Amino acid sequence: MDRLKLFVPLIIFLVLAVVLYFGLGRDPRELPSALVDRPLPSFSLPSLREGAAVDESALRGKVRLLNVWGTWCVACRDEHPFLIELADRGIPIVGLNYKDDPRAARAWLQRLGDPYELVVVDADGRYGLELGVYGAPETYVVDADGVIRYRHVGVVDPAVWREHIEPVYRNWTARP
Amino acid sequence: MIPEYGHFALILAGCLSLVLGVVPLLGATFNRPLWMAAARPLALGHLVLVAVSFACLAAAFAGDDFSVAYVAANSNRLLPWYYKLSAVWGAHEGSLLLWVLVLSGWTAAVAVAGRKLPVQLIARVVAVMGLIALGFHLFLLLTSNPFARLLPIPPADGADLNPLLQDFGLIVHPPLLYMGYVGLSVPFAFAIAVLLAGRMDAAWARWMRPWTNVAWAFLTLGIALGSWWAYYELGWGGWWFWDPVENASFLPWLLGTALVHSLAVTEKRGLLRGWTLLLAIFAFSLSLLGTFLVRSGVLTSVHAFATDPTRGVFVLGFLGVVVGGSLLLYALRAPTLPATAGFGWRSREAWLLANNALLVVITCVILLGTLYPLLADVLAWGKISVGPPYFNSFFVPLTLALAALLGVGALLQWKDTAPRRLRGPLVLGLAVALASGGLLPLLWGEWHWGAALALAGASWIGALTLVDLWRKSTAGGRPWRGVRLLRAGYWGMVAAHLGVALAIAGAGVTETYSVERDLRMTPGESQALGGFEFHFAGVDEVFGPNYRSQRGEIHVTREGRAVVTLAPERRRYLGGQAMTEAGIDAGLTRDLYVVLGESLGAGAWAVRLHVKPGVRWIWLGGVLIALGGVVAICDRRYRVRIRTQAQVAPSAAVAEA
Amino acid sequence: MALVALWLIASAAAAEVEVRDFASASERERYRALIEELRCPQCQNQNLAASDAPIAQDLRAEVLRLLREGRSDGEIVDHLVARYGDFVRYRPAWQPSTYLLWIAPGLLLVIAGGVWLWVLRRQRRQGVELGAEQRAALDRLLDAERGDR
Repeated sequence: MDRLKLFVPLIIFLVLAVVLYFGLGRDPRELPSALVDRPLPSFSLPSLREGAAVDESALRGKVRLLNVWGTWCVACRDEHPFLIELADRGIPIVGLNYKDDPRAARAWLQRLGDPYELVVVDADGRYGLELGVYGAPETYVVDADGVIRYRHVGVVDPAVWREHIEPVYRNWTARP
Repeated sequence: MIPEYGHFALILAGCLSLVLGVVPLLGATFNRPLWMAAARPLALGHLVLVAVSFACLAAAFAGDDFSVAYVAANSNRLLPWYYKLSAVWGAHEGSLLLWVLVLSGWTAAVAVAGRKLPVQLIARVVAVMGLIALGFHLFLLLTSNPFARLLPIPPADGADLNPLLQDFGLIVHPPLLYMGYVGLSVPFAFAIAVLLAGRMDAAWARWMRPWTNVAWAFLTLGIALGSWWAYYELGWGGWWFWDPVENASFLPWLLGTALVHSLAVTEKRGLLRGWTLLLAIFAFSLSLLGTFLVRSGVLTSVHAFATDPTRGVFVLGFLGVVVGGSLLLYALRAPTLPATAGFGWRSREAWLLANNALLVVITCVILLGTLYPLLADVLAWGKISVGPPYFNSFFVPLTLALAALLGVGALLQWKDTAPRRLRGPLVLGLAVALASGGLLPLLWGEWHWGAALALAGASWIGALTLVDLWRKSTAGGRPWRGVRLLRAGYWGMVAAHLGVALAIAGAGVTETYSVERDLRMTPGESQALGGFEFHFAGVDEVFGPNYRSQRGEIHVTREGRAVVTLAPERRRYLGGQAMTEAGIDAGLTRDLYVVLGESLGAGAWAVRLHVKPGVRWIWLGGVLIALGGVVAICDRRYRVRIRTQAQVAPSAAVAEA
Repeated sequence: MALVALWLIASAAAAEVEVRDFASASERERYRALIEELRCPQCQNQNLAASDAPIAQDLRAEVLRLLREGRSDGEIVDHLVARYGDFVRYRPAWQPSTYLLWIAPGLLLVIAGGVWLWVLRRQRRQGVELGAEQRAALDRLLDAERGDR
C-alpha cells in the first residue's frame, strides 16, 4: 500500500503531460468571437460609395461575408486579390472600412478592384469595438437572419477559405 | 569556417555526452572502477567541446558573420560589441547553447569536486547529468541548430537585436538564471543516483546541500535581476506580472526553497528522505517544464522565445522521458520504511515540514494558474485569461502565512522545544509586529491594510530572528559575546530570513504607496507628486551608436532642495523600432521614475511621473536571500566532513561492491 | 517563424504615456484599476495599461467613456467581455469553467494541512511504539543475561 502511494507523483505528471501534449495543438493567440450565434450588432453608418446611411438590415436576406479592412493594413492588401476571386465566384462580401480615410479607401478600391457589394464606413472604429474587432483583416460569416456564425482573424487565402470559412458558409446557405 | 568548427564541436560534444551518460553508469552498476573513473575526464572533455562551440558562435557574432542565420536574425553591424556578445543568448538557439554550456560546467564541477565523495555515487551523478546534456544536444542539433547558414547569398546586414534586449540586463540575467535553472540538475542527479544505489541512510543529504544551495542562490539572483530589469525596461513601473515565463522561473525556485529546508531535516535527523528525493526531482522537473513552456508556444508571453510547436513536441518528449523516468524510479526505489523519528509539534522538524507544505501549495496554485488557460482550451471551455488579480489573491495570504511560520521556525529546537523558551520571544514578536503594522504605514501616507500586514509580517520575522540571534550569541551570560562562535550555517539562515522580511516589506510598501501621474508638461512647468517637485526643463536630440534619441530633462527637488536630474529618453533604433528609456533615480527608501511620452505639439510633452517608495527593498531582499544561501554552505562541517569522508570513501566503495 | 519574430518586436515597445483629464482622484483610480485588470486582446499577455497596440488605445478610451457614463466597474468589464470574450478578463469570472481554478487553492491548503497533521501524528505514534519495542527488547536481553548467570 505504501509503495502504491509513491506512484501518485508519476500519475499526476502523466496527466499533466497529456494536457500539455494536446495543448501543443492549440493556438493560444486565436480568439474566437464572443458574438458567434448572436445577431450582428445594430449600426447606422454611411456607405462608402453613395454616402447614404446603411443599417444592419443590409446584411439580411442571404449568407454573406463581412470583411473588416483598411488601407493602412498591409495584410488586407495581401488577401484582396483572393477576395476579388471569391466575389467573382458569386460569394457576397460586405466590407467594413475600419478606422480609415474614406477617400483613400475609394481610391484603393478603384486601383486594386472592388469585391464588395457594399462597403460600410466605420471611421472612428466604434462599430469595430461593438463587433469585438481587434485587428484587421477579420472576416465574419453572417447568415440570412443577420446572425454571426463564424469569425476568422487574419488573411483569408485559399487554404483558410477551404478549411475554415467555406464549410460554414455552405452550411448556412443550405438552410432554408 | 568558424561556424562549421562550432557545429562540429557541438556534434562531438553530443557524442561525448552519450558516452558520459552511459559508461560511468554501467561502471557503477557492474562495479568497474575504470569506467567510473572515466566520468571526470569525460565531463571535462565535454565542457571543453561545448565551450569551443559556444566560442565559435560568439566569434561569428563578433565578426558580423551574417551568413549564419542566427547571427543575421539577432545582430547588426552597428550593434555595440557587448550587445553582440550577449546577443549570443538573445534568442532560442543561442540560449539553448548557453543552457548546455552551463550544464557542462556544472557537470565538470561535480566531477572534479566529487573526487572526495564515494566513487560509485559520483559516477552515477555525473552520468545522469551527461544524459540530460545528451537530450539537449539532440534538441539543438536536430531542431535548433545555431550554426545554420544562410547560403548562397548572406544578407549584407543583420536585423537588429530587439531594442528591449539591448540592455545590461541581457548581459547578466540569462547567465545567472541558467546557472540556477541548470544547477538544480545537480540535486536531481544526486537523487537519481541515490535511488539507483538503493541507499537507505541519509548521508547523501550532506553532500547534496552545498550544490543545492548554490544553484538556488543563483536562481534567486536571476529572478531578482529579471524583476529589476523588467521594472526599468518596460516603462510602467511594475516589477512582477505573473507572466507565464516569470512563473516558469519562480516555480523551480519555490520548490528549490522547499528542498533547501527539507535537506536540513534529512541531514540533521535522517528524516524525510523520500520526500527530499521527490522534491529534488520535482524542482528540476519544473526547470524543464519552464523550458518547455517558454519555447513551445503553448502560452503567450512578452518574454517567450519566438518558436514553434514542433520544437515543443521534442521538449515534451524529453520531459516525459526525464521526469516520467525519474518518477517511475522514485516509485519503485524510494524508501518506504520510515526512519525512527519522534518529534513533537513544537519542533523544528514539524515547522520545516509545514514550511514545505505551504511552499508546495503555493507552487501548485501558481502552476494551476499558469496552465489553466491551456487546460481550459484543451477541454474546450473557451479562452480564459489568468492574471495578476488571481495570483495575488492567493499568493499574498499564503506568503503572509509563510512569514508567520518563518519567524517562529528559527526559535525552535530539534525534537521539541520547551514552551517557556518560546513564550517570551513570541510575545515580543507579536508586540513588535502589531506596533509596526499599526504605526509604520503612516510614514508613507494613510494607513492601509496591505502595507500594514506586510510590515507586520516583516517585523515579526525581523524581531524573532534578532531575538534568536541575541539568545544564541549569549555566552557566559553576556549577550552578543558569543557572536564569533556562531556558525556560517546559522548566519546564512539569518541573512536569508531577513532578506525575505525585507522583500515582503518592500512589496507591501511599494504596492500600497506608489503614486503616478500622466501629465502634459511644457518646459518650465512643475508638478508636485509624492512629496517631490518635478520641474520639466525641455527635450534635446542626442545620438547613440545605433539610435536617435529625444532626451528630456527633469529636475527633481524636495522642499526646494535639489535632489536629482533625470533624463528619460525616446529612442528610435535603426530597424525602426521605438523604445523608451525611463529616467530613474534609485534610492534606498524610494525610486523616482520618469517616462517621456510623445510630443503634444507647441513644445508640450506627455510625461509620466512615478514616486515608488520601498521598491528597491524587494531586490535587496532577494540579494540578501541569495547571499544567505551561499554563506550557509561555507560552514565548517561541509569542509571537515568531506575530508573525513575521503578517508572513509575507499573502504566504503569496497564495502559497497 | 520570422513573421512571428517581427510581431514580437512590434509589440515590444514600452507603454505609451497618455494624458487624460480626470474629474476626480477616484475616477483616476478606478480607470487605472480597470485598465490593469483588462487584457489587450491582441498583445502577448499585456494588460490595457501596458500596451501600445491600437486596439488597446481604443479600449482604454472605451473604458474611460463608460466610466464617465456612470457605469460601475463590473458593468464595464461585462461590456468588454460581451464583445471580446472572457479572454480580456485577467481576474477570471466565477463560472463553471473556472470553479476548479478558484476552489483548488483552498482545497490544496486544507489537504496540505491534513497531511501535515497526519504525518506529525503518525511519526509520534511510531516513535512511542518503537520506544516501547526497544524497552521490551532491552528487558528480554536483561532477562536472558540473568538467565545465563
